[in-house]
Amino acid sequence: MNEQSRLAVLGAGHVGPVIARLAVKAGHPVAIATSGDPEKIRLITELVIPGAQPRWSREAVADADIVVLAIPLHRFGRIDPGLLDGKLVVDAMNYWPASDGALEAFEHGGSSEIVARRLAGSTVVKALNHIGYHELEDRARPAGAPDRQAAGVAGDDPAAVATVAGLASRIGYDPVRLASLRAGRVLEPGGPVFGTVLPLPEFERAVREDSRSLV
Amino acid sequence: MTYTFGLDTFGDRNGDADGKPLSHAQTIRNVAEEGAFAEQAGVDFFGIGEHHTGYFPMPAGDVVLAAIAARTERIRLGSAVTVLSSDDPVRVFQRYSTLNAISGGRAEVILGRGSSIESFPLFGYDLADYEELFEEKATLFAELVKGGPVTWAGKARAPLLGQDVVPHIEDGPLPVWIGVGGNPQSVIRAARLGFSLALAIIGGPPARFAPYSQLFQAALAQFGHPPLPVMVHSPGHVAATDEQAKAEFWPRWRDIITLIAPERGFAIPTEKSFDRETGPGGALYVGSPETVAQKIAANLRVLGGTRFDLKYGMPGLTHEQLMTNIELYGGQVIPRARELLG
Repeated sequence: MNEQSRLAVLGAGHVGPVIARLAVKAGHPVAIATSGDPEKIRLITELVIPGAQPRWSREAVADADIVVLAIPLHRFGRIDPGLLDGKLVVDAMNYWPASDGALEAFEHGGSSEIVARRLAGSTVVKALNHIGYHELEDRARPAGAPDRQAAGVAGDDPAAVATVAGLASRIGYDPVRLASLRAGRVLEPGGPVFGTVLPLPEFERAVREDSRSLV
Repeated sequence: MTYTFGLDTFGDRNGDADGKPLSHAQTIRNVAEEGAFAEQAGVDFFGIGEHHTGYFPMPAGDVVLAAIAARTERIRLGSAVTVLSSDDPVRVFQRYSTLNAISGGRAEVILGRGSSIESFPLFGYDLADYEELFEEKATLFAELVKGGPVTWAGKARAPLLGQDVVPHIEDGPLPVWIGVGGNPQSVIRAARLGFSLALAIIGGPPARFAPYSQLFQAALAQFGHPPLPVMVHSPGHVAATDEQAKAEFWPRWRDIITLIAPERGFAIPTEKSFDRETGPGGALYVGSPETVAQKIAANLRVLGGTRFDLKYGMPGLTHEQLMTNIELYGGQVIPRARELLG
């Protein structure tokens, strides 16, 4: 897949619009959707994410090559897994009890592994969750820029990981591939790269030295 | 264009000259002193943000604001912010309409979450319900500030049936702002309710908020409301020189952010990240009066704002350093920023 691949971003809160804007800038056709009527986010889309299309989630997902989940994790349970059947899903959500409250369903194991179990018909890749929404756009740089930073991409399906790594690269980050969702726990809150922005060598070192990456 | 300039505090626990923390009680008395001094220094607004921790021991800012009201005549007084989701909107209205009465019409309220999450478990709320609670309670608050009997039913509190909520606001509506940290749907909500917009910019480049300002005015028009002001709220510290301001602020900033980083998802500060945030493209207003005034003027222009609130102080700074900050902010930063903005 390339910059022609179509994105559906689910979520128009803190994170979704930032990812959508970066993807528009990278040349992707982008649709953005919430759980409700796209008319409710038309103004937001026009002014904050110019170039993206507000759509009903079902239609946005049906036409998408990549679906980005950028909703609060506590609302994930309301999503119909059937909606995402057969899709490549980027999980940009976080389980972060100190900030968002505890969720029983996410107390044990990596959050993306739990997401993937529920979305059994989808291919889930964990990415774009560990750089703060307030920095994600500001720190993005084209490939080869001396101050380009790294972004982790974790998943069990190597082809899907490669696709999302391509997306991460086009929106402005050197992708660091992690060979499983289990290994992607290193990207979670409390991990060595969460909330911080690091260039490739430092990112790789931080991930390597963390016990969570030992599968 | 009329610009207004405020100071906000979270009741940051003061240190003494040796860095030893002062008591909560002494910190609170110092905040009252700082608020009264802000009026003398020429500041337009003094705000106190609700927090519930040992480094920000300020859960009842409205009580401190009442003390400041009794010692001042002109300065406007308000919350910065009130954590509405874990409070009762009726009580919030009553406390600030009482403050408005005591101060002769000088009260304001900024509603939001702030970066405060401690109040949720403290008062028995679930953080996962944050959005729903805020939506319901802000909608009720909009009814309350209209004055007159309120009829309301929802999940967040007991229903009201033609309830007259006292004390009534004396002169005109109570100014209400909604603090927004980057969620465009919160901007739409502020516009729908007819509340002013406070952009809380505590990290990263302020200019990225410019579309939010445009979104706010466009949404106000769509909802049939007149244009309303946009405030920028950001942390900072003013001292005689850039070097002194940075030397005083940096270790306090580093320590507190390092402490709360795990729960708030902030990166651990480095000297490099501090330089980026205190530079022209960052969110911290730390420096000499000229440096800070230039940055305020530039960002109000970019963001279409007419109000700037400097969140001054940081746990561990001394009361004397804060008084100097207030004196320089009122005496030099504000007049210079006004001059730059024309």
